[in-house]
Amino acid sequence: MSMIHKTATEMAQALADKSITAVELTKQHLDRIAAVDGDVHAFLHVDTEGALAQAAESDAKRAAGETRSVLEGIPLALKDVLTQKGVPTTCGSKMLEGWRPPYDSTVVSKLKNAGVVILGKTNMDEFAMGSSTENSAYGPTHNPWALDRIPGGSGGGSAAALAAFEAPLAIGTDTGGSIRQPAAVTGTVGVKPTYGGVSRFGLVAFSSSLDQAGPCARTVLDTALLHEAIAGYDERDSTSINAPVPNVVAAAKRQEVKGMKIGVIKELMGDGFQKGVLDSFKQSLDLLQEQGAEIVEVSCPSFDYGIAAYYLIAPSEASSNLARFDSMRYGIRVGDDGQRGAEEVMSATREVGFGKEVKRRIILGTYALSSGYYDAYYGSAQKVRTLIKRDFESAFNLADVLVSPSTPTTAFKIGERANDPLAMYLADITTIPVNMAGIGGMSLPSGLSADDGLPVGFQIMSPAMQDDRMYRVGGTLEAALNDKLGKPVWAQAPELVVK
Amino acid sequence: MALNYDQAVSKYEPTLGLEVHVELNTNSKMFCSCSTVFGAEPNTQTCPVCLGMPGALPVVNAKAIESSILIGLALNCSIAPYSRFARKNYFYPDMPKNFQTSQYDEPICVDGYLDVEIETDEGPKTFRVDIERVHMEEDTGKSLHVGGATGRIHGAEYSLLDYNRAGIPLVEIVTRIVPGTGKYAPAVARAYVTELRDILRSLGVSDVKMEQGSLRCDANVSLAPIGSGKLGTRSETKNVNSLRSVERAVAGEIVRQANRLEAGERIVQETRHFLEESGETRPGRSKETAEDYRYFPEPDLVPVAPDAKWIEELRATLPEKPSTRRKRLQEAWGVSDNEMASMVNAELLDTVEATIALGAEPARARGWWLGEISRLANEKEVHPTSLITAEQVAEVIALIANGELTDKLARGVVEGVIAGEGSPREVIDKRGLKVVSDDGALMTAIEAAIAAQPDTAERIRGGNIPAAGALIGAVMKATGGQADAAKVRELLLKHLGQG
Repeated sequence: MSMIHKTATEMAQALADKSITAVELTKQHLDRIAAVDGDVHAFLHVDTEGALAQAAESDAKRAAGETRSVLEGIPLALKDVLTQKGVPTTCGSKMLEGWRPPYDSTVVSKLKNAGVVILGKTNMDEFAMGSSTENSAYGPTHNPWALDRIPGGSGGGSAAALAAFEAPLAIGTDTGGSIRQPAAVTGTVGVKPTYGGVSRFGLVAFSSSLDQAGPCARTVLDTALLHEAIAGYDERDSTSINAPVPNVVAAAKRQEVKGMKIGVIKELMGDGFQKGVLDSFKQSLDLLQEQGAEIVEVSCPSFDYGIAAYYLIAPSEASSNLARFDSMRYGIRVGDDGQRGAEEVMSATREVGFGKEVKRRIILGTYALSSGYYDAYYGSAQKVRTLIKRDFESAFNLADVLVSPSTPTTAFKIGERANDPLAMYLADITTIPVNMAGIGGMSLPSGLSADDGLPVGFQIMSPAMQDDRMYRVGGTLEAALNDKLGKPVWAQAPELVVK
Repeated sequence: MALNYDQAVSKYEPTLGLEVHVELNTNSKMFCSCSTVFGAEPNTQTCPVCLGMPGALPVVNAKAIESSILIGLALNCSIAPYSRFARKNYFYPDMPKNFQTSQYDEPICVDGYLDVEIETDEGPKTFRVDIERVHMEEDTGKSLHVGGATGRIHGAEYSLLDYNRAGIPLVEIVTRIVPGTGKYAPAVARAYVTELRDILRSLGVSDVKMEQGSLRCDANVSLAPIGSGKLGTRSETKNVNSLRSVERAVAGEIVRQANRLEAGERIVQETRHFLEESGETRPGRSKETAEDYRYFPEPDLVPVAPDAKWIEELRATLPEKPSTRRKRLQEAWGVSDNEMASMVNAELLDTVEATIALGAEPARARGWWLGEISRLANEKEVHPTSLITAEQVAEVIALIANGELTDKLARGVVEGVIAGEGSPREVIDKRGLKVVSDDGALMTAIEAAIAAQPDTAERIRGGNIPAAGALIGAVMKATGGQADAAKVRELLLKHLGQG
């Protein structure tokens, strides 16, 4: 019997009951990918052989009584920005076409140690720069809810794989919203953990001070299980936090918010928000209130400068992080005809290897860091960042968690904002402050928008290293919504045409 | 008519500034665990971190921080309670990330000084060289440009890159400008680098081999008319690979700049390369259009915040200042300045001191190490201490002192020890190198010598004592050099009625 429409928790139970093997479960997902990914294009690389080998090993471990974790044998889709030894890693860029990393990222090592089966690498905006996955050098991913719409970005591939039942678990990375915004527009759950909560070792950097890998799944509990598997201190990442991982699994199961104060951020729900999104958000607030939470309004005035500051800091760091792609040691090389010098070959390679958005941000960042402009741009942006942190601190004095819609709108059409970078950047207005402050953020589905029938995301933010709080509120809201709507949002997705 | 050095310094006041790069001798690199051993096969001491692979992250080497703090303390610096690394962005194929991770505006040590003593026309005089900063950075890889006329990347047929050196920890020690040295600028520069080298060696933090590049000096020189109270435009001379070259490079720059100024030309702010053969400098890169390195704080590393207690613990381990120690030992051993310098330059001061501590007479200890043993070491192209230990040398010297060995026999013993034949005692036994001190055996040989040269014996009897040399030589020859020559002389003269 096919289990692809189940949750990871249910699959884990079936594996434990021996009603299915990891190999069978993996094959079911590989079959599903073969059937629907031609339309969805969530994957850049499907590692059929590797996944089946991992699944077989998992079955052997289980048979020997050596189950490695609760996620033993569960398949997963990995965003193509994390290294996996020997498996192509492109970051959605032509630049890294054909590159097979010689090492595992810490996230991948942890997944392997937990017995998780990695199905393949998912599509993304090139080097994680974008909000629609249209900036992938390998073509866009399509939203399983409406194939002519974007699945969000940059982690559109991971989110779409979950929504299309190609995988029950996925890994994303979130620099300004790249986990939460795709989760919101695909009716799935995505969490950006506290900065430093999950190791960045092996995460190909876009903006080092903002990047954070995190778990994605269809339910809050599944997300928590994956969060627990990948989080924790790593001595190979100097910015990783040496403290115990918050107990997110227990928090996800608790389903109780009595007496909790939930702060609604005034600045994250004004003009430019779609009516259906705001209605759904308010309905969720009512549900939380019914569950005994106290709703308060908080103000974070510096958030108005969030996007401006983000688009100085992230490109500045990116301009430096992406300098290493020079064709000398890995990736593609263009123009090496024996006549041209190293500098010309570097230049020709970068001209061909990088897409338009990546170039735009490298130029922006190079400019912002230049002598004479540094203080006005990068320096001011860092000050805004401090102000945003302070706004959060004040707000968390008034509330246990903060909430907002995850995105201003539901999924827009592919191509709609492709030539309007500013409109594209606005898709992350609600998610960026979380990265700027280094705190945790979650998006979970709060229903379908009345105006277009597409999923809406509800964002919960918790203070640094208090990630358990957002799982507690998220788990409670998810249960209340399931009661009210009759079934989970993700289970209402239209059936894809199986080929 | 061109000015010579004396004329140049009679018209112009030189101002010095020195930047010294020191390769630390840590076992592993600055930001990864790769080995730092010199001379390995190219690209065998590399990993994803020092190759700048996508996703790899740096972690600061704690030992490098310790060494840097020790250097700062020895140079009377304040140790910053909080310092940071920055990224220095520029493209070059031997830099794997196309940025160098280096401390910039927040170095680990600031505001120190080093007093150096030089001989002046008025006798010894001490100059204080103020240290502006001591900061940490990583070395680049090595390029070998093959083909083309200049050995530079431009015009080369192809280039080979060795990343073994990439990421080796470097410490840069920067002085403030050193005014008021007058004509002694070259001597002060040399004395500063010498004293600094000795301090670094005594701290055990670096190999300080200028010829291997583990200590590199850039000399900044500017001139202004005497009494003008102004500072001239400076040049920065690189490729200064020995202490002597430091002195020559500064003197050469003073003459060059003085002649330009005399001719009414201006000094260009630029990097110049020292030419070992001619003692002159040739222009390198112009710094007039300063390259923009777009420095910004390295987001992949956390600030360095050494514990105050740790700093005090390190301060307590600081060794005696080399200049103080040299004076103390020189006095105790009664050796000349030149003899002291030769021990220091041969890196044998510690060894000689250890040998003396084991009871050897200072002159003999110095003589053996700098003489015979250094000669053998030169032949084998190794350092003397790798051939024989201080204990073994002290034992040989003790055997000479008590008459069991002659100097000539002792050379054989040392040779045997170096050849691995065992301890000095064992070599004496195996090679039968004992002094013939049995009077009976010597008398037989003496009588034989007299019988062979009766005329000589007669002259001695007649009071011609110097003639004894010929008979002593014959006895020594007959005993295969194993007789104690003094003893032979004594017995011979006595036998011939002159004792």
